[in-house]
Amino acid sequence: MLDLLMDSPILLALTAIVGMGVVFGSLLGFASVKFEVEGNPLSDQINSILPQTQCGQCGYPGCRPYAEAIADGDAINKCPPGGEDTIQALANLLDVEPEPLDAEHGTEKEPLVAYIREAECIGCTKCIQACPVDAILGAAKAMHTVIADECTGCDLCVEPCPVDCIDMVPRKTGIRHWSWPLPNPDNPPLVIASDRPVGEAA
Amino acid sequence: MRQIHDIHGGIHPPERKELSRPGNVIEGPVPAQLVLPLTQHIGAPASPIVNVGDRVIGGQMIAEAQGPVSVPVHAPSSGTVVAIESRAVPHASGMSDTCIVIELDGENTWAPTSGITDWREHNRLELMNCVRQAGIAGLGGAGFPTAIKLASDRDEGIHTLIINGTECEPYISADDTVMQCYADEIVAGAEILAHIVGAQTILLAVEDNKPDATAAMTTAAMNCEMAEVVTFPTKYPSGGEKQLIEILLNAQVPSGGIPADIGVLCQNPSTAIAVLEAITLGKPLTTRITTVTGEAVNEPGNRRVMLGTPIKDLLGHAGFDATAGNRVLHGGPMMGFAVTDLDMPVVKITNCVLAPTSEELPPPQPAQPCIRCGHCAEACPALLLPQQLYWYARAKDNEQLERHNLFDCIECGACAYVCPSHIPLVQYYRSAKSSIKDAQQEKVRSDNSRGRFEARQERLEREAAAKEAKRAARKAAAEARAASGEDPVQAAIERAKAKKAQQEEADS
Amino acid sequence: MFGEYAALLVAAVLVNNFVLVQFLGLCPFMGVSNKLDTAIGMSAATTFVLTLASVCSFLTYEYLLTPLDLTYLRTLSFILVIAVVVQFTEMVVRKTSPLLHRVLGVYLPLITTNCAVLGVALLNINQAHNFMQSLFYGLGAALGFSLVLVLFAAMRERLVVADIPEPFQGAAIGMITAGLASLAFMGFAGLV
Repeated sequence: MLDLLMDSPILLALTAIVGMGVVFGSLLGFASVKFEVEGNPLSDQINSILPQTQCGQCGYPGCRPYAEAIADGDAINKCPPGGEDTIQALANLLDVEPEPLDAEHGTEKEPLVAYIREAECIGCTKCIQACPVDAILGAAKAMHTVIADECTGCDLCVEPCPVDCIDMVPRKTGIRHWSWPLPNPDNPPLVIASDRPVGEAA
Repeated sequence: MRQIHDIHGGIHPPERKELSRPGNVIEGPVPAQLVLPLTQHIGAPASPIVNVGDRVIGGQMIAEAQGPVSVPVHAPSSGTVVAIESRAVPHASGMSDTCIVIELDGENTWAPTSGITDWREHNRLELMNCVRQAGIAGLGGAGFPTAIKLASDRDEGIHTLIINGTECEPYISADDTVMQCYADEIVAGAEILAHIVGAQTILLAVEDNKPDATAAMTTAAMNCEMAEVVTFPTKYPSGGEKQLIEILLNAQVPSGGIPADIGVLCQNPSTAIAVLEAITLGKPLTTRITTVTGEAVNEPGNRRVMLGTPIKDLLGHAGFDATAGNRVLHGGPMMGFAVTDLDMPVVKITNCVLAPTSEELPPPQPAQPCIRCGHCAEACPALLLPQQLYWYARAKDNEQLERHNLFDCIECGACAYVCPSHIPLVQYYRSAKSSIKDAQQEKVRSDNSRGRFEARQERLEREAAAKEAKRAARKAAAEARAASGEDPVQAAIERAKAKKAQQEEADS
Repeated sequence: MFGEYAALLVAAVLVNNFVLVQFLGLCPFMGVSNKLDTAIGMSAATTFVLTLASVCSFLTYEYLLTPLDLTYLRTLSFILVIAVVVQFTEMVVRKTSPLLHRVLGVYLPLITTNCAVLGVALLNINQAHNFMQSLFYGLGAALGFSLVLVLFAAMRERLVVADIPEPFQGAAIGMITAGLASLAFMGFAGLV
C-alpha cells in the first residue's frame, strides 16, 4: 500500500493532508474536553456593574437576565437608571464603543426614592409584594412605609397602589449631596482655587 | 539645630501679609444676631437641643454632636433663639443649611465654667471627651473634629506633635497674630495635646517670613523641654500637613494615608489654644481670630470675632467699601471660595475674609488649550502629574485618575497658578474626586440592593417550596386514606360507639 | 553561536520588525490596541501562538513534507497547523480568563489569518533556518509584535483623551501615528 502511495503523488498529498487533519482534529477534541468551561463568569462581572434596580426598563425581567443578554452580545445602552456612567463602565469592561442611552427604554433621571403619603395608605400590601428589594415596611391593614436607604427608585410600586399614594422624590438634594461641577468655559471660575463669580449659587 | 528639608515644587506668590497688620488683635463687632450653622466641621451635623424662644447664655451647648464624627455647637453670647431654619452658610456650593439664629441681648451673660488644672493626672479618654464637648474642630481651615484626630489609635502611637504655624497662603495672618500674642498659651496647649496623644517631641513650625512670631514662640518654648521652634524658608504650600512633615522630618505620609500612620500629629496654633481653654478653663469654642483684609476694606486687621457673626457685620466693622471690590472671599486667594451672600456667618473654619479690589485680584484670563509644557508637574508639592490628571478628568476616565493618585492631591492650586494657559486645574480635580466618590457610593448601594433582591428571590422560592410540600403532603394523606378503603365518617362513628361502650362498662 | 541567535532576535524585533517594517499583522495591531490591558493580553496570546506555530510548522516541514517530497503543500499544511494552534490557544484563554476571551473576541481566531504568523512560518523555510533558529525567529517576531502593540496601545490611550480635531479622531490619528512610528523604526536599518 505504501508503494501505491509513493507512486501516486496526488494520493500521497491527499493522505498526508487528511492524516494531519485527523491527528490535529483528535488533539483538539481531546483538548476541548480537558479545557471545558462551566457557566459564564462574564455575566457576573456585568451584573456587578448594573445598578440593581430590577426595574425592567431594559426589557428584561431584572438585572441578571440583562447581564446575561449582554454577555451573549446584546447592546449595552438599555439601562436608564444606570445612565451614562453604567454605559461607560460596561464599554470599558467589554472593550466596545459606548453608545448614547437608547431612548426607547427610557431617559436618565436623577436618583429617586419612593415616598408613601401615609394619610392615604390603606394597608393593602400590594406595593410590598411589588418591591423587588423588600424596601417597604408594613403588614396587612397596617401602615406601609418605604425604607429610603434601601429603595432603588425602580418605581415598580407606584402602579400597583390602588389609591395612588406613592410619590417618587429626588434622593440627592441639599448641601450634603452637592458636588463640584466641571469648569464651564462660558463662565469660568474667578480666582485660582475658588469656584464661582458672585451671584451664581448652586 | 534641626535639619530641615525641602519639598518638591511649590510657588512663591506675593505674600501681601503686611496689609493685615499681624500682631494686633482687634476686638470684633457685636452683631444684633448670631447665625450658627449646625455643620461647621467635617462630619455629621450637630443636632439642636434648644427650641425657638429659649433663652440661652454664653457657653451653653445649643446643639449636640451626632455620632462619632461630629462636633457640638455652643452659644457665643447670651440671647434668645429666634429661629432654627435654613440660612445661607459659607460653603463652596453657596447653598443653605440649618442654622440656629440667636438674637443677642447685649449683656453677654456666661455660664460659670470650671476646668481641670491637674490634667496630667487624667486619662486621655477623659481629656478627649472634654475636647469634643467643647466643640473644637481644626481651626486652620479644614474643620476636622479635633477629638477624632487625637483618637487615632495606631499601635506605636504618636511620637511627634507639630504645631502648624506655617500659614503659607497669601494675605492670611491670623496664625501669625496668635503666635505673637498668645505664644505661652500655644505652648501650654501643645503640652496638653502631647500628653493626650503620648508624643515625646513638640515641633513649633514657623515660616521664616514671620520673625516676630518666631521670637515670641522661641521665648515661650524655653519653658517647655520637649518643645522646639523650627523655622524654614517660605514657600506655598509648605503649610499642608503632609508637606510640613516632609520639611521637618524628611518623612512622607504614605499615599492615601494620614500623618498618624507615621506617628505624627499636626494641629493649628489656634486649635491648641482652644484645647487649652477647654481643658483648663472649661470654656467651649465660641470665638476665633479671623483676618479681614484686602484693599477694599479701610481698616484691615485680625479680629477676634464671635462664631455666627454675619460676614456683613465683620466687613462693616473693617470699613468695607462694596463699590471698590467685585467679590468677597472666604479664606485665602489660593484655597478660598466666593461668598455669595454677605449674610453668611463666620464659622469655625473662617480663617480669613478677603475683600480685594478688581485691580488687586483681577479676573483671570479665559482658559486656553493645554500646551503640555509640564510647568504644573514641576510645581506640584505632592509629586503628582497634574497634566495627566487634567486630561483624564476631562475624559472622565476614573480608572486612570485613581491610578495617577488623584486622591493625594491637596487642592493647593500651585499647578493652576503656574499654568500659562490659565486652566482652572483644581476645579477639574475637585469635580473628578466628587464623581469618583459618588460612583463608589452608588456601587455600595447597588451591591446592597442586589443582595436584598437575591434574598427576596430566595425567600419567595422557599415559601413556594414550603407551600408545595404541604400540598403534596395533604395529597399523599388523602391518597393513603383512599387506598386503605377506610371511610373516615364510619371510623368516627365506630370510635364514638366504642367509647360509649367503655363508659357504660365503667359506670356499671 | 550565542551572537548568532542574539543577532537573529534583534533583527526580528527591531530591524525587520514584523508590524512596522514588514507591515504584516496590521489587523490585530490596529484592532486590539485601544487599551493597554487588552493589548498586553493579545501580545501574550500572539507570542504563544507565534512561537508554537513557528516550531510546529518547522517540524511538519522537516519530518513530514520533506521526506514525502510534498514541500509544495507547505502553505496549506502551515495554515492547518496554525489553525490548530490558535484553536488550542483559544481554549486555554477561555479557561484561564473569560474576560480576555470576550474582549479579544473575534481577534483571537483571527490570529489564524494573521499574515505575520504564516509569514514567520514561510520565512523560516525561505531562509533555511534549523530548529533553534526557527524557534528564535518565531520568538523574535512575537516579541517585536508585542513591543509595538504595547507601545501603540499606550499611545492610543493618551490620544483618546487628547484634544484632536474632529476629522482626525479615532482610527485616522491611529493610522497617522502608526505611520510615524514606522518611520521611526526605519532608524534601526543597518543595526544588524
